[in-house]
Amino acid sequence: MVDVTPEKIEHVGPAEVPEVDLYHAHSWWTKYVFCQDAKVIAIQYGCTAVAIGLVGLVLSWIMRLQLGFPEFFSFISPELYLQFVTMHGMIMVIYLLTALFLGSFGNYLIPLMVGARDMVFPYVNMLSFWVYLIAVLVLCASFFVPGGPTGAGWTLYPPQAILSGTPGSGAGIVLMLVSLALFIVGFTMGGLNYVVTILQARTRGMTLMRMPLTIWGIFTATVLALLAFPALFVSAIMMTLDSVLGTSFFMPAIVEFGEQLAYGGGSPVLFQHLFWFFGHPEVYIVALPAFGIVSDLLSIHARRHIFGYRMMVWAIVGIGALSFVVWAHHMYVSGMNPYFGFFFATTTLIIAVPTALKVYNWTLTLWRGDIHLTIPMLFAIAFIITFVNGGITGLFLGNVVVDVPLSDTMFVVAHFHMVMGVAPILVVFGAIYHWFPLMSGRMLNNAMGQFHFWVTFVGAYLIYFPMHYLGFIGVPRRYWEIGETSFIPDSADSLNAFITVAALIVGFAQVVFIYNIIVSVFRGEKAERNPWKATSLEWQTETVPPGHGNFGEEAPVVYRWAYSFSVPGTVDDYVPQNVHPDYVKK
Amino acid sequence: MWVAIVVVLVALGSLLFHLFTPWWSTEIASNWGSMDLTIDITFWITGPAYILILLFTAFCIYKFHAKVGKNEAAPESNHKAAYDPENKKLEWWLTVGTTVGVAGLLAPGLIVWNSYVTVPEEAVEIEVLGQQWQWGYRYPGADGKLGTSDATLVNGDNPFGLILDDPNGQDDILVEGDDLHLQLDQPVNVLLRSLDVLHDFYVPQFRAKMDMVPGLVTFFWMTPTRTGTFDILCAELCGSGHYAMRGTVVVDEKADYDAWLSEQQTFAQFRAALEDKSKDNSSVVMNTVGPQPAHGVMSR
Repeated sequence: MVDVTPEKIEHVGPAEVPEVDLYHAHSWWTKYVFCQDAKVIAIQYGCTAVAIGLVGLVLSWIMRLQLGFPEFFSFISPELYLQFVTMHGMIMVIYLLTALFLGSFGNYLIPLMVGARDMVFPYVNMLSFWVYLIAVLVLCASFFVPGGPTGAGWTLYPPQAILSGTPGSGAGIVLMLVSLALFIVGFTMGGLNYVVTILQARTRGMTLMRMPLTIWGIFTATVLALLAFPALFVSAIMMTLDSVLGTSFFMPAIVEFGEQLAYGGGSPVLFQHLFWFFGHPEVYIVALPAFGIVSDLLSIHARRHIFGYRMMVWAIVGIGALSFVVWAHHMYVSGMNPYFGFFFATTTLIIAVPTALKVYNWTLTLWRGDIHLTIPMLFAIAFIITFVNGGITGLFLGNVVVDVPLSDTMFVVAHFHMVMGVAPILVVFGAIYHWFPLMSGRMLNNAMGQFHFWVTFVGAYLIYFPMHYLGFIGVPRRYWEIGETSFIPDSADSLNAFITVAALIVGFAQVVFIYNIIVSVFRGEKAERNPWKATSLEWQTETVPPGHGNFGEEAPVVYRWAYSFSVPGTVDDYVPQNVHPDYVKK
Repeated sequence: MWVAIVVVLVALGSLLFHLFTPWWSTEIASNWGSMDLTIDITFWITGPAYILILLFTAFCIYKFHAKVGKNEAAPESNHKAAYDPENKKLEWWLTVGTTVGVAGLLAPGLIVWNSYVTVPEEAVEIEVLGQQWQWGYRYPGADGKLGTSDATLVNGDNPFGLILDDPNGQDDILVEGDDLHLQLDQPVNVLLRSLDVLHDFYVPQFRAKMDMVPGLVTFFWMTPTRTGTFDILCAELCGSGHYAMRGTVVVDEKADYDAWLSEQQTFAQFRAALEDKSKDNSSVVMNTVGPQPAHGVMSR
C-alpha cells in the first residue's frame, strides 16, 4: 500500500545501515576516466550519447535539405541519402535515446533516488560504458569504410541489407551489426546493474511503492531491454553470418539483376519478427523512462503529488508487459499471415488504455496545483502535448486496416518522430534543466533556456504536425526524390521546403542549448541546495554535487513517498522523503 | 498566462489546419472507401479527445499557475496546491470511457480488415512481379489459372520463373515494360512476388498495399471503381533505386481491357518466339530480365 496521507506513515526506527565497502579511486585515471562511480559513468554516457546524437542531427539536416530542395544539392546522391536516413535513425533510437535514458539518467539517478551509495556492481558498470563507447566508435568507423555505412534503413531488413543494390551492403552492414551486438553486450552489463540495484540496494524505508516514478520508469524499461535486446542480438549474428559466410537464415532463393544467387530456404519475414520483437519494446524502453521522469517534473514543479500514483505504477508495468505482444503491428503489410492482424490490432489498441490513463493523470496533477512555469515544467507540458498527438496517430496506425493506406508513408515518419523522437527528447531537455543544478551545482541560464524551449517545441510541432498530411496524400517515405506524380500537388513541395527550414531552425536552437550547458558548467549562477524544493533523496545529499558514496555517514531513511507536496497541516509545501515525522514543521 | 495561450493556439491551430488543409487523401479509385471511413471514425473519436486534453491543460496552467515573484526560475507561491492523491471513482470512469472509445475504433477496423483478408470468389487472379527496380505483370490467360512458378528457374528465357511443364502456365500472359491494365468493377486478387528484395505494390488511389517478399506469394484484393491512369510506387525500401521504381496502372472499361489483353503475348508464344529467334540467329538470345538500373541510379 502506498502511503498517500501523512497519518498513514508507519514509524521507521533509526537507521543502522552498515557502511558499504565502496571502491575508492586512487588516481586521476580511476577517478575521471576508468571510473566506477555511477555518477561519473552517467556523465560519460551522457556526453558520448549527445556527441553521437549531434552527428544524427546533422545527418537529418542533410536529409531534409534533399527533401525540401531536391535537385539543389548535387552532392546528395540516392545512396548517400539512404545512408544518412539509416544512420540517423539508428543513432537516434539506440545510441542516443537508449543510452541517454538508461545509461546516463539511469546511472545518475538510480543510486541517488533509492538511497544507495553506488550501483551494486561498479566494475561491470564501468565496463558497460567502455563497451558502449567501442560500439559507438565501430558505428562511426562505418562512415569511413569502402562503400560507406549501410543504407538499408534503420530496420535493416534483409535481403536488401546485404545485397549489392543497397549502399553499404559490404563492410557497412557488417560494422553496423557488430556495433549493435557490442551495444547490447554493454547495455546488458549496465542493465543488470540497474535492476539489481533497484531491487537490492534501496535504503531503509524505500519500499517499491515509495519509489519515485522516474525509478519505476527506468526499472521497467531496463527489464524490457534485458528481455528484448537478445532478439536483436541473435538476428544481428544471423545476418552477419548470411552476409559474411553465405548462410541463409533470412535469405530465400534470390535472382539479383538476372543472376541466381547461392542463397535458398531462409525467411525475410522471420527477421522482421525478431527485429520487431525487439523493436516494439524498444519504443517503450525510450518512452517509459520519459513517462517516469515527466511525472516527477510535473509533480515537483506543480507543487502537487502525482495524481493516482498507484495507477501510474501499474500503468508503467502494464504497458511494459503489453509491449511484448504487439510487435507485429509494424508488419501488417509485411506479407505475414494476415490473420495475425486481428490479434495484433487488438493488443495494440488495448495498450492505449493504460497509456491514456497516464495522460489523464499528468493533466490531473496540474489540476488545482501551484504551477511554477519553470523551464523543466515547460518541457513537461510540451511533452504532454506532443505525446498525446503522437499517441493518437498511433491509434491510426495500430488499427490494422487504417495502417494499410498509411504504412510506409510520411504519416508513419511524422507519427514516430512525434511520439518517440520529439516527446522523449523534450523530457530529456526538461530533465537536464531540472537536474543540472544537482550535477554541477550551478543553474542553467534561464533566458537561453526560454529561447531553447520555445524554438524547439513550436518548431518541432510545425515540422511534424503538417507532415502527417503528406502521408494522407500518399507521399512514400525513404524516397530520395518524389519527382513527377499524378497525385501529389505542387503545394506539397512548398510544405516540404517549409518543414526543412523549420528543421534547420530547431537544429540551431540545440546549438544554443549546448552553448548554455558549456557556459553554465563554468560560469552559471550558483544553485542553492535543492533549488526546486524537491522531496526525493537525490536532493537531500550532504554535498551538492553529491560526492563519492552519495550520502554522508549514515544512509538516509525513508519515511514517505516522494510526492508529499502541499500536505495539509504542514508549513512548507514539501516534505522530503527522509525527514523524520517528528521533525516535519506543522 | 501566455503559456496557456500558446497551448490553446496549438489546439485551435491544429483543428483549423485539419479542417482547411489542402493536403488530403487522393480521390479513391477502388472499393476500399471503408478504409477512408475508418480513418474518419478515428478522427472523430481521437480528434475531440486531443482538443479536450489540450484545452484542459491550458485551463489548468491559466488557473493554477504561481505568481511570478522576484525569482523567475522559482516563483513565489500565491496559493497552495490541493492534496487529494487518488480519486478511484474518477480514475474508474476515465478507464471505462477510454475503453469504450478504443472499442469504437477497433470494431470497425477489424470488420474492414476481415473483408480485406477475405478474397471474394468472383475475384480474378493476376500477378505482379517485383525486382530491382521494375515491375512485371502476369495474367492467367484463357484457362483463368496462373501457372506455378519457382524463383530458381528464372533466367532470360523464363523471366517469371514459370514451371515449364505446368499446363496452366502456357497460356499465361506476360507483360514486361508496359503498363498494368485492370478492368473496371472487376474484383482482382493481386498475387505478389519478388525476385530479389522486399518491395511493396502501392497505388495511392487504391488504398490497398502489400509487401512483396522473395520466397513467398503475398496478396491483396481490390476492385477498381473508376477508369483512369494511376501511378504505381514501391512502398518498401528496396535499395538505391527505390525512389525510381515506378509504374503505371490503367483502369479500362471491359471492351478496352479485352482489346488490350488480346494484343499481349502468352508464355507459350514468348517461348516459341525465342526459339524462332535462336534458330534464325543462334548467337543472340534476348535477355529480358537483365539489370536495368532506373534512371539516375548509381552504376555498381
